[in-house]
Amino acid sequence: MRVVAAMSGGVDSSVAAALLADEGQDVIGLSMQLYDQREGDIKFGSCCTLNDLHDARRVASILGIPHYIMNFERQFNENVVSNFVEEYTAGRTPIPCVRCNGDLKFTTLLDRARGFGAPTVATGHYARVVQAEDGSYLLKRGLDATKDQSYFLFTLNQSQLACAKFPLGTLQKDDVRLYAENRALPVARKPDSQELCFVPDGDYATFVERRTTKNPKPGPIEDIAGRMIGSHTGVHRFTVGQRKGLGISSSIPLYVTALDARSGTVTVGPRHELERSTLHASDVNWVSGNPPPTNYRIAAQIRHQHRAANATVSALDRGRARVDFEEAQPAITPGQAVVFYQDETVLGGGWISSSD
Amino acid sequence: MRIYLDHNATTPIAPSVLEILIAAQREQFGNASSVHSFGQIAKSLVDDARASVASLIGGRPQEIIFTSGGTESDNLAIRGVAETAASSKRRRLIVSSIEHEAVLNTVKALGKVGWSTTFLPVNDRGIVFPEALSEAITDDTALVSVMHANNEIGTVQPIPELAGITHRYGALFHTDAVQSTGKIPVSVDALDVDLLSLSSHKFNGPKGVGALWVKRGSRLAATMTGGRQERNRRAGTENVPGISALGAAARLAEKKLATRGERATAELRNRLETGVLANVPGTVLNGNGADRVPNTTNISFDRVEAESLLIALDLEGIAVSTGSACSSGTLEPSHVLRAMGLSPHRTQNSIRFSLGLDNTTAQIDHVIKIMPRIVEKLRTLSRSGSPVRS
Repeated sequence: MRVVAAMSGGVDSSVAAALLADEGQDVIGLSMQLYDQREGDIKFGSCCTLNDLHDARRVASILGIPHYIMNFERQFNENVVSNFVEEYTAGRTPIPCVRCNGDLKFTTLLDRARGFGAPTVATGHYARVVQAEDGSYLLKRGLDATKDQSYFLFTLNQSQLACAKFPLGTLQKDDVRLYAENRALPVARKPDSQELCFVPDGDYATFVERRTTKNPKPGPIEDIAGRMIGSHTGVHRFTVGQRKGLGISSSIPLYVTALDARSGTVTVGPRHELERSTLHASDVNWVSGNPPPTNYRIAAQIRHQHRAANATVSALDRGRARVDFEEAQPAITPGQAVVFYQDETVLGGGWISSSD
Repeated sequence: MRIYLDHNATTPIAPSVLEILIAAQREQFGNASSVHSFGQIAKSLVDDARASVASLIGGRPQEIIFTSGGTESDNLAIRGVAETAASSKRRRLIVSSIEHEAVLNTVKALGKVGWSTTFLPVNDRGIVFPEALSEAITDDTALVSVMHANNEIGTVQPIPELAGITHRYGALFHTDAVQSTGKIPVSVDALDVDLLSLSSHKFNGPKGVGALWVKRGSRLAATMTGGRQERNRRAGTENVPGISALGAAARLAEKKLATRGERATAELRNRLETGVLANVPGTVLNGNGADRVPNTTNISFDRVEAESLLIALDLEGIAVSTGSACSSGTLEPSHVLRAMGLSPHRTQNSIRFSLGLDNTTAQIDHVIKIMPRIVEKLRTLSRSGSPVRS
């Protein structure tokens, strides 16, 4: 069986490809060129892309598999980067990796793979796909709890999961590095990426300002009672739950509790003001294809680094859902994803639109 | 079956040429500038090669400057002429808009340091029309450079006409003949040029060696300075094995052309072209109706991204290239097809097939046979340009 391995040049996707190749599968390595690498040429040394693609090519060469770089700049820009910029300017905090997985790796790349006679795309995600007795596909957490990435895959549907392979889902990160060492892959000790690939310096605000067509709007910073206690240069510089960088002196620590892009208002308050018991989500995907009954008991995860909390979920009309937590949760952030788990299984998820 | 159809990128070295390369590399290590017998033997190998290369293009041996390849030859021609012209009033460089990057980017670089630059348009067949040069050329033009054959579509340019116009204005004419030398008869006299670039590995010689022919009496400054090699025009110890092998490749090419051996390649190319256009729906030939080198065909495939088709063909053992310069990963539509006025869609869907001496009828028939299936699969399974989400 022919399989396409999406190779970013990192240790995880390299080992995913290696595991399949070592099983004797007919593996084709594909790397996605996502943004203009000439930008990287100018700042040579500061941008990782060229080196990453080079690493992917070297790994493929060691594995003895064909490797190609495909240009997805246009798709990445349209599906991922534009949304990232729009979300920040709308006062939300986006997760571009989710869109890259759903719209690029398991849509565009999968399409290309099919054209090459490969019905399956494998990635280096720490997550599992398990086929249930009824033939349907279940998306489950990776067995390495500290590395689990199922949160980033909640948009996948049944037909995408049927074509997805996550060879690292049952492995621990240490084992992955060990495999890379034993296989003498040059990326064995490469550090994990910490930042978004297209904003390598981590300065999201500057990136958004460079890309947005609208001029960032300055506005007031207000306390919970609506009193103006400071000012700022644009809501895209803030995220709900943020404490640092507010430029306000206060006897108690203040956190961003809300962002209103329309009026340009940043609201701050003490920590307890961040807590909410209910959230609304939009563009909800149910992995099985069907929503569960109303007030269904699940564990809801509201950030990648959040321990899923007990809650009930109810599907609403127009792809929306309401989540009611047993205990109030701090910093429910619009733009982030809420993912619904039943034990290890992802039932679905959506984008947080509001909380109360 | 592995089938190589990318000879405009590079060609396999001919076995007889390889023998000469290895023998020189192994046995003749002398420095061609040395006085002793080791040097003399090396020098004679270089001289033999110089005569062979000159003979291939109808020039004189002393007019040949050996370089590291086509890019260096183009740089030497343009920068070398520019430097000698710097003291004159001539401050303009004119090139076609479909030149190889070695010419385009060199001229653009000079444009940034004070040179006036003009990029001539081409018609929809990829031909530079002489009227455009007549309009653009000025009394202060130092050099006009137009390639002999285009690397992407293979069109042969009306060099004698263009050179004639150039000379009427007292300027020099350079042609990048990297894609024509060895493929069709090339004569510096018939072309009426002053400088001509060629590259060894495009006609079954080794990589890393090429030549610039400079008409006797033309002023040219060295761009690589140092020792007095190559009559003071290209410093650096001669690449004796490479030069010797280039000479052998030139002799081989001359022999092939003398017996009209290029007609066999043309027959195969035409067979491939006709077969693909007839058997694969939604295909169109680029550069149709123009005079083309016999080994090249460039075809656009409707509703298929060239990048995907290239990969799908490679997985079947067939090596081609895209019209786009995407080897670096950037998907820039081909500047050649764009200059011809083709739609962005057609420029992104174009594939270049370039044939060589090693191709056979059986190979071409195999390609024609499997091509429809591969293209159909890409069209149905791989939705070209997935839906854009808001």
